[in-house]
Amino acid sequence: MLQGNEAVVEGALRAGCRFFAGYPITPATEISEILSVKLPLVDGTFIQMEDEIASLGAVLGASLAGVKSMTATSGPGFSLMQENLGFAVITEIPCVIVNVMRAGPSTGLATAPAQGDVMQARWGTHGDHPAIVLSASTVRECYDLTIKAFNLSEKFRNPVILLIDEVVAHMREKMVLSDEEEVEIFDRVKPAVPPEWYIPYEDTASGVPAMANFGEGYRYHVTGLTHDIRGFPTARPDEIGPFIARLHRKISQHFSEIQMAEYDQTEDAEIAIIAYGSVARSAKRAVREAREKGIKVGLLKLITIWPFMRSAVEKVLQTSKILIVPEMNMGQISREVKRVSRGAAKVLAINKVDGTIITPGEILDKIMEAVS
Amino acid sequence: MAEVTKLIHKYLRHDKKFPHVWCPGCGIGIMLGALIRAIDRIGYEKDEVVLVSGIGCSGRLPVYVDFNTLHTTHGRALTFATGVKLAKPSLKVIVIMGDGDAVAIGGNHFIHAARRNIDVTAIIVNNSVYGMTGGQHSPTTPYGMKSTTTVYTNIEQSFKISELAVTAGAVFVGRGTVYHAKLLDSLIERAILKPGFSVVEVMTHCHTQYGRVNRLGSAVEMMEWQRDHAVPVEKAPGMKPEELEDKILIGVLVDKELPVYQDEYEKIRQRAKEMMNVKR
Repeated sequence: MLQGNEAVVEGALRAGCRFFAGYPITPATEISEILSVKLPLVDGTFIQMEDEIASLGAVLGASLAGVKSMTATSGPGFSLMQENLGFAVITEIPCVIVNVMRAGPSTGLATAPAQGDVMQARWGTHGDHPAIVLSASTVRECYDLTIKAFNLSEKFRNPVILLIDEVVAHMREKMVLSDEEEVEIFDRVKPAVPPEWYIPYEDTASGVPAMANFGEGYRYHVTGLTHDIRGFPTARPDEIGPFIARLHRKISQHFSEIQMAEYDQTEDAEIAIIAYGSVARSAKRAVREAREKGIKVGLLKLITIWPFMRSAVEKVLQTSKILIVPEMNMGQISREVKRVSRGAAKVLAINKVDGTIITPGEILDKIMEAVS
Repeated sequence: MAEVTKLIHKYLRHDKKFPHVWCPGCGIGIMLGALIRAIDRIGYEKDEVVLVSGIGCSGRLPVYVDFNTLHTTHGRALTFATGVKLAKPSLKVIVIMGDGDAVAIGGNHFIHAARRNIDVTAIIVNNSVYGMTGGQHSPTTPYGMKSTTTVYTNIEQSFKISELAVTAGAVFVGRGTVYHAKLLDSLIERAILKPGFSVVEVMTHCHTQYGRVNRLGSAVEMMEWQRDHAVPVEKAPGMKPEELEDKILIGVLVDKELPVYQDEYEKIRQRAKEMMNVKR
């Protein structure tokens, strides 16, 4: 019986994470505590930094030195990390940030669940930047998606944020962990050319430049200033434009590898529920109960939150003319659903911001309301 | 070939466009020279050296030199440096920060890096002002001085960065000025070689912003002021407080031994494995 946070730790270690810097914050503290015990056992490093800003800074330094690194926090800490997050995007440093969402805003309610950081995960840091954000709704996904987060961050040289709400982080579910299990682990692509020929930020077929680690013979410059392909600061529009475009293109060209969703009885559904995190669990139950009543309901469970899965919404729109979007926030994904569906369906939002979970009953009520 | 030319060819990046961003007469160049000379004397491989910097005029230094270079967010250089050093302890990590970067926005990280005794060398270029942004007052602007944000004069007391470092627990703290270039050479060399958190505070002048608004003269005149106000730290105990008022204490303030973070952490790994009976 593994706790969601415990599963995150197991996934991180399995993915090859050997550096963690963090700061205590409910409900993510278990991740720090367990890694402080487990990382030394595998010759990794755990350090508790003086705040969350320092935590992400240390993670980025360690990643540049060649070690897969991660931090874990909740809303107030996630807010503090935004500046360094933007730095990681523009310098293309692989790293994983787990945000165990709690009721906000501000100090909020540390022990209550919420899904209020979804838009922040996309736009929290300033400037135009792409984002890869995943959402776990089961303990198994806490394990699998942490591994996936590392793989995606290494492959695309972009920070990956894993959103878990407090319910999933603290719940316990049975999980089988097998060492012999085949797990795909992806490592950053290193330069295939000698140091004299290495151009640190040159465009490639994938849009992702090869990454040399500090101390391996490739001496290059990493800066948060807009830079040219050699990493040197530039103010030239003809260098900055293509650079920012490439940062976005390396993500937008690879939606098929980044975007994940689960479809539960959506093939013939007239009503589709679009949900993520712990709310998707309640939605799954609501779908089952509605189907027993003869109502054709399906569930689109978003695993990748950003980039937003327009294709998945369009798929359910083929049969569904009513979309129900239950969220523990004021409607952060429902506005995305409305945007991409462009009036092709009625979008009904269920918004709960009182620190309690959305129950299957509440979703079923909405389904019944939609049917009548 | 002259010694200086040899060092320029060896250590400055050949593919980086010059001229550099600094004002003619800036003291950062003197510090850069001292840094390069120190690394050359010690004999580190360029691949082993990581130069991390914050934001500001001194933060622009790493791009010009042929090491692994990392120009981070304002005030956070020491946090990145901590990650680099712990992930790959064989790297020699040197951190360059200005006074605002190190003890204003970066103050918290400064005292904690010192407390933890992370094995990095922090070189703090102190010109009493935020130069890059046009000359606003910093935590080291003296009481009564002018800046663009203290037009009516500064009412804050200023930090003594070296003393702050000593109190925070740094194992080596030295202060020099860009007038005393030879002292700077030796302080930086000693700081780099010293295991643990070592600090070199480099007192310098910003003649274009701070100097102009306070009518302190040219770069040369401001350096002469450093010469006239520097007092070797050994002499200070024998002087009266009034005499020490506007003086800069130069030399080594502390040089002691304390357990170094990554050595202690290696012991933690051993202890963890013993406690959990993990067979190697």
